[in-house]
Amino acid sequence: MPLLQVENLRAYYRTQVYGISRSVRAVDDVSLELFENEIYGIAGESSCGKTTLIKVISGTVKPPLRIESGHVLYDFGALQVDMTKSDPEELRQTVRWKEISYVMQGSMSVLNPVRKIIRTFEDIVRTHQGIPNKKLFLEQTCDHVMRLGLPPDVLNLYPHQLSGGMRQRVAIALATIFQPSLIIADEPTTALDVVVQRGVLQMLREIQAESGNTVLLVTHDLAIHANVADRVGIMYAGRIVEEAPTPIIFTAPRHPYTQHLIRSLPMIGDKSAKESLSGAPPNLANPPSGCRFHPRCPLAFERCRTEAPAMVRLLPQHRVACHLVTEAAE
Amino acid sequence: MNGEKKLLQVDRVTVSFHVGGFIAGGRLLAVNNVSFSLDAERPEIFAVAGESGSGKTTLARVLLHDLEPTQGRVVFEGRNLSTIKRRRDAMEFMRKVQPVFQNPFETFSPLRRVEDYLFETAIQFGRARNRRAAAPIVDEALHQVGLSLEEVRQRYPHELSGGQIQRVAVARALIPQPHLILADEPVSMVDASLRMSIVNLFKKLRDEQKVSVVYITHDLATAYYISDRIAIMLRGVMVESGPVEKVLGNPLHPYTKLLQESVPKPVMTEREQWARPINLGAMEVKEYGRVGCKFAGRCPHVMEICKHAEPPALEVEGRTVKCYLYGEDAAQSNQSSLSSGKL
Amino acid sequence: MLAVFRDLLRYDGRFRVAFLFLMLTLLLAGLSWFSPYPPTRTFITPQDLPPSLEHPFGTNSRGQDLLWWMAFAVRNSLILGVITAVVSRLIAIFVGLVSGYRGGFIDRALMSANDSFVVLPVLPILVLLSFLLQGQLSLVTLALLLGLFGWPWDARLIRAQVLSLKERAFTRTAVYSGTPPLLLTLREHLPFVLPVVFATTINNMLWSIGMEVTLSVLGLSDVTVPTIGTTIFWANQHQALVAGVWWWLAAPILVAVVLFLGLYLLFSSVNEFIDPRTRLRRIGA
Ligand SMILES: Nc1ncnc2c1ncn2[C@@H]1O[C@H](COP(=O)(O)OP(=O)(O)OP(=O)(O)O)[C@@H](O)[C@H]1O
Ligand SMILES: Nc1ncnc2c1ncn2[C@@H]1O[C@H](COP(=O)(O)OP(=O)(O)OP(=O)(O)O)[C@@H](O)[C@H]1O
Ligand code: SF4
Ligand code: SF4
Ligand SMILES: [Mg+2]
Ligand SMILES: [Mg+2]
Repeated sequence: MPLLQVENLRAYYRTQVYGISRSVRAVDDVSLELFENEIYGIAGESSCGKTTLIKVISGTVKPPLRIESGHVLYDFGALQVDMTKSDPEELRQTVRWKEISYVMQGSMSVLNPVRKIIRTFEDIVRTHQGIPNKKLFLEQTCDHVMRLGLPPDVLNLYPHQLSGGMRQRVAIALATIFQPSLIIADEPTTALDVVVQRGVLQMLREIQAESGNTVLLVTHDLAIHANVADRVGIMYAGRIVEEAPTPIIFTAPRHPYTQHLIRSLPMIGDKSAKESLSGAPPNLANPPSGCRFHPRCPLAFERCRTEAPAMVRLLPQHRVACHLVTEAAE
Repeated sequence: MNGEKKLLQVDRVTVSFHVGGFIAGGRLLAVNNVSFSLDAERPEIFAVAGESGSGKTTLARVLLHDLEPTQGRVVFEGRNLSTIKRRRDAMEFMRKVQPVFQNPFETFSPLRRVEDYLFETAIQFGRARNRRAAAPIVDEALHQVGLSLEEVRQRYPHELSGGQIQRVAVARALIPQPHLILADEPVSMVDASLRMSIVNLFKKLRDEQKVSVVYITHDLATAYYISDRIAIMLRGVMVESGPVEKVLGNPLHPYTKLLQESVPKPVMTEREQWARPINLGAMEVKEYGRVGCKFAGRCPHVMEICKHAEPPALEVEGRTVKCYLYGEDAAQSNQSSLSSGKL
Repeated sequence: MLAVFRDLLRYDGRFRVAFLFLMLTLLLAGLSWFSPYPPTRTFITPQDLPPSLEHPFGTNSRGQDLLWWMAFAVRNSLILGVITAVVSRLIAIFVGLVSGYRGGFIDRALMSANDSFVVLPVLPILVLLSFLLQGQLSLVTLALLLGLFGWPWDARLIRAQVLSLKERAFTRTAVYSGTPPLLLTLREHLPFVLPVVFATTINNMLWSIGMEVTLSVLGLSDVTVPTIGTTIFWANQHQALVAGVWWWLAAPILVAVVLFLGLYLLFSSVNEFIDPRTRLRRIGA
């Protein structure tokens, strides 16, 4: 039994403003499984629905976002949870922070700007576990922070006194204080420069290697997945179009979109011309018919316009949704 | 030096900011004695790279005549920027030097249509009398970036993708027919799959429109891909500069090496190297306050002299480097540490 | 514009109520043009008649039909409020935008003028002026005076907003598009500032109508001109409450409540509608 099983999940934003109703189909039929002790990467262009998927997985669904159908099943050993069914308040008590924790882009939202870092730690530990012994709590927090390679002095500073990279690492330290089974990181390094990005991701990887938990890492930068992820899922317009172990994604991708992404990656030492994808990203309020990639796909043919390709399994761990691949496999 | 032949000449420019009494004198040299020049005859893409807070944006502001340097001068097409006072002169300057900003979603007001900026640019720089006359000019500029007036008509910024808006931003910058475009991190907020469409555009502008581009970025992979020369900034100091193939292909300064190595490579073979632990160093202000080499706190090859005096600029292997490892006399004594200690 | 109006009517309850209330007051104000006699005439009707079909608001001790009198009163109070609001809004917008965007010397000069106006005690000054003018303070002069006093707070608010808008990248885009400064701040910043302006318009109108009431009740304005304030002045002069002519006071109070509520609801509804965030949601961001 995997740690997390997402089945045919659909989640739409339904808005109504002065009589104009829209529904944005941001997650549309996504299935995936996460196992213990792995780093799963999700990549895809901006507004393809990555953050929305994360919101559903982490149980932070708020209107206008609504789950239309599907399941998000967790198996924490002693505890089984279906995120699509549970009461949010109950979830907050039982699983959030302790079993699942969430590191967002720009960590300011988790750190209270007018309180010292240690106070934020205190608040979170108190609400989720209680602090019977203050001295022990301080010691443990200090240990935890030092184990992650952060100077313990940061605990006595205010968030604005830290650089962006340091803040992001503090947010990770905060997210891992209860040793959760799943750490979700949404674009944790997008605002950071390359050196700091490297430091932050190294830290995330070390934590994972040490405690053997699962990390779900979302970023549009494929080069990061190449260095960090064990498996990668490529999202396009609200769907996962290809999923495979990282080496396969980088050496033998099958979906035309993945192939394009890999081909166009710039690299030091390579000055050959790189093509960029033509056309505009799809509008999820009114997505293209058939295969959602067809208006931009260089290999599109008749069937792509009318029929949405089903996900097929090429290898036990390699899934692709493309008519070309399906037809070749048959 | 021949001023006439240069498009842009940056001559020992220093910008000093006051910061709250942290370090001696409370001054921070966000740009520290920086010089370089761009040739007028031969358009090129000149990249400026470095960590966050290394003074790139401050330098860009100086080049855009948005900030007066504390010392030194910037000469654009023979005119010292500090002599630009009147609005007419400023307009003349802006006609020739145009910016592209970092965040495409911030570049245009969310409450206005993007096309309005294009029309206003055309009219205000005197390329057209009214909107009707401006339409073909706007359309042509949009065609240069792979869009058309039809596609952006009546659209608000949020109705376009980040990549599209950034291309509209470049189109706007092209309307006055500038000689230089200053792009401050134009792709850092654009997702990786759209980055190439923007950087390819700069390449096309250089080759077809003969526009020079100063490309400020910390994305070394795209910098390598499009630029001709690159300068690496460290806490206000340009520590290594030269042809991009040399500087990034075979970095000499330990800081350039660190930067170059930190770029995640989109291949599976370099994981181990990338995962090697690094020292993230002290707070920014502290490094700015160092007397000698600003990198001394993090450098694996640091020597006593590095902490006391700033290393001079040296010509080594076809580029300029500021590091004691490459001094005439230091060369011998440190050869060993260089070859043994791979960074 | 019509579509906006239709949408608001259809989807916003507050707007519907506001619309109804304001229509009622405007209707009443409109009636003043059909008055059978000028408002200054007295003893035309029997005195002190309670509200009836013939005299919906009753008649007063001066022999005037309160319906026609109130029609003039509402019209005049509205004119006063609108003039004050327009004048003070124009000054506030101009000072706020220019001061915020230009900064430097201009900013300092404008803001010290602003501070002087903030500390000036408005009421005593008006009282003094009215004394000097011996009850000759005409409605329009009063409106202009109030307009001159009503801008400083809002100018500060606007300036603060412009100061932060100035740092956003789109301002720099406009600069490098060659937009001259005044045009720039009008084009780029005004749309963000308008909600503040609208939100404070209601306060401003309420304040100016209230000021007029205060001065009138004290008998310091031209009491021959019917306004909500002078109605109350006359009612007090004739000790309407003591005499049991309660409708003489009820009429101005009822009209004032309907007018104020209508204005309040209108502006909170319009304010939400033109708020940049709702505007963005509406255009589908
Ligand atoms: N609150 C909301 N109301 C309506 N639509 C929304 C809302 N939030 C997001 N969307 C839309 O849902 C789609 C998916 O957005 P999402 O944030 O999941 O994308 P993403 O893949 O995380 O993008 P990015 O890389 O830019 O973070 C987008 O089209 C977006 O415009
Ligand atoms: N107006 C200012 N007053 C004081 N200090 C400033 C000012 N502007 C910038 N600085 C400081 O100057 C240094 C360089 O900043 P700058 O914005 O030029 O860096 P950058 O290389 O563009 O960084 P980033 O990659 O984060 O954009 C920073 O330490 C910054 O805090
Ligand atoms: S299904 Fe068709 S359009 Fe879609 S990716 Fe495959 S070939 Fe391209
Ligand atoms: S000068 Fe010294 S400290 Fe600076 S980079 Fe060179 S060796 Fe390192
Ligand atoms: Mg996202
Ligand atoms: Mg910058």
